[in-house]
Amino acid sequence: MRIDLREVEEAAKELYIRALKRLPPDIKQGFDALARRESDAGAQRMLGTMIANIKVAEDTDNLLCQDTGIPIYNVWIGRGVEVDGMALKDAIRTGCARSTREHPFRSSVVHPTTRVNAQDSTGRGIPVINIDFTGERDALVIEMVPKGSGSENNSWLRMAIPAEGVDAIKTFVVDCVLEAGGKTCPPTIVGVGVGGTADLCVHLAKTAATRPLGTRCEDAEGAKLEAELSAAVNMLGVGPQGLGGDSTSFAVHVETAATHITMNPVAVNMQCHSARRARATFRPAGVEYGY
Amino acid sequence: MAHHEFTMPIDEAQARALRIGDTVTLNDTLYGIRDATQIHMFDRGRKTRFDLRGHAVIHTAPNVKKVAQSAAHPAGYAPLCVGTTTSERMERFTRPLMQQYGVRLVIGKGGLREASAAAFAELGGAYLAIIGGTAALETTWVEAIEDVDLDDLHPESLWKFRVKGFGPLLVAMDSHGASLYSRVREAGRAKRAGALRRLGVG
Repeated sequence: MRIDLREVEEAAKELYIRALKRLPPDIKQGFDALARRESDAGAQRMLGTMIANIKVAEDTDNLLCQDTGIPIYNVWIGRGVEVDGMALKDAIRTGCARSTREHPFRSSVVHPTTRVNAQDSTGRGIPVINIDFTGERDALVIEMVPKGSGSENNSWLRMAIPAEGVDAIKTFVVDCVLEAGGKTCPPTIVGVGVGGTADLCVHLAKTAATRPLGTRCEDAEGAKLEAELSAAVNMLGVGPQGLGGDSTSFAVHVETAATHITMNPVAVNMQCHSARRARATFRPAGVEYGY
Repeated sequence: MAHHEFTMPIDEAQARALRIGDTVTLNDTLYGIRDATQIHMFDRGRKTRFDLRGHAVIHTAPNVKKVAQSAAHPAGYAPLCVGTTTSERMERFTRPLMQQYGVRLVIGKGGLREASAAAFAELGGAYLAIIGGTAALETTWVEAIEDVDLDDLHPESLWKFRVKGFGPLLVAMDSHGASLYSRVREAGRAKRAGALRRLGVG
């Protein structure tokens, strides 16, 4: 299967705009589930406003949130796909810049020291483009995640030690949720990375935070932690926007990797309630858009 | 818990009448301000030509579209999506905003900390919480971008919005030392032990 890079550029543009405007169905269901359980009247009103906002964005064809985020593109390449990898990355980058200028919407990306904004959502190393592979032969998948800064600013890594055990992981997650309070725009998806190296651990946390609601960690130990931590963080009373209530998080998601005999790393990365993502799948029959 | 309908600007007595749990709806003028705006105003000696006395500022950097100047778009910008950012990064600017520019109300999400609470108490002001991430809805309360200053910092310019029925916003910190965020934080610390027990951490 050959990939037309002009189509990739168009998809990279389209995906950013789609992600900013339409919330995936699993997140909408997550809102409904929280609203059914919420016992605090104020929190219930806030959830109602968040749900109303999703509808307003759809009805007015507007962005859900003003934060257009840091653009992240996750790419999975099928084993039967022929593509020039460098040109693929260029096409994604160009599509990302075009979406910002042509829609237009806010470029939220600046140089880290000069703070100069190129006004097209790109810069050194941005958009983030993660390349991986898929077993499906004739498929190229591109997922776009506009990662909001309110939640991204609440990211932590702790290089715990083996003697601290799993207790260190659990305590760390609880303390991060308390520390974040309302700053992450709760209800959140709390992404937890367990194991790996320092950088892999943080990447796992990001993967966990941006995974669809209702999915489970493939590692049974990780899945067990997810269930326990999801119940525990919603006992803290942080609530929507940090103003109190039961609905602190939609879920805690965990991703794991093996680690060194001397290490016990844990990372937390959060996703806000505007848990946006969009997906394009290229197959021989054409491009299909989804979440 | 009272509801307050304000036509901006307001005076000190109106700001001091606000109590946590009250709600507020704003009309007429609202200023948008952000990290870079305030870094340039308070750390780099930039000045704005706007008169902020008695006004509300919202922590924002909107999505706008450049258009021809007209009665509907006096600044040559159409508002596309106006939302709110996390306030706490801008904690140290609350006092100078109030002291040097006479700002009365700060609107944002996630809350401010102790230094802002002290400034609200001393100088007569309040923090109004908006629901973060609900920008599509918030945009329907914005009639126009009337003016813009310090636009070299775009999108972190100093924006002058004309608003109608902007709210209801929740008074989350008042001039009497009360803060909903502090209450939730303190309660959270107390609930931490229970959560850890449930996790079998001991």
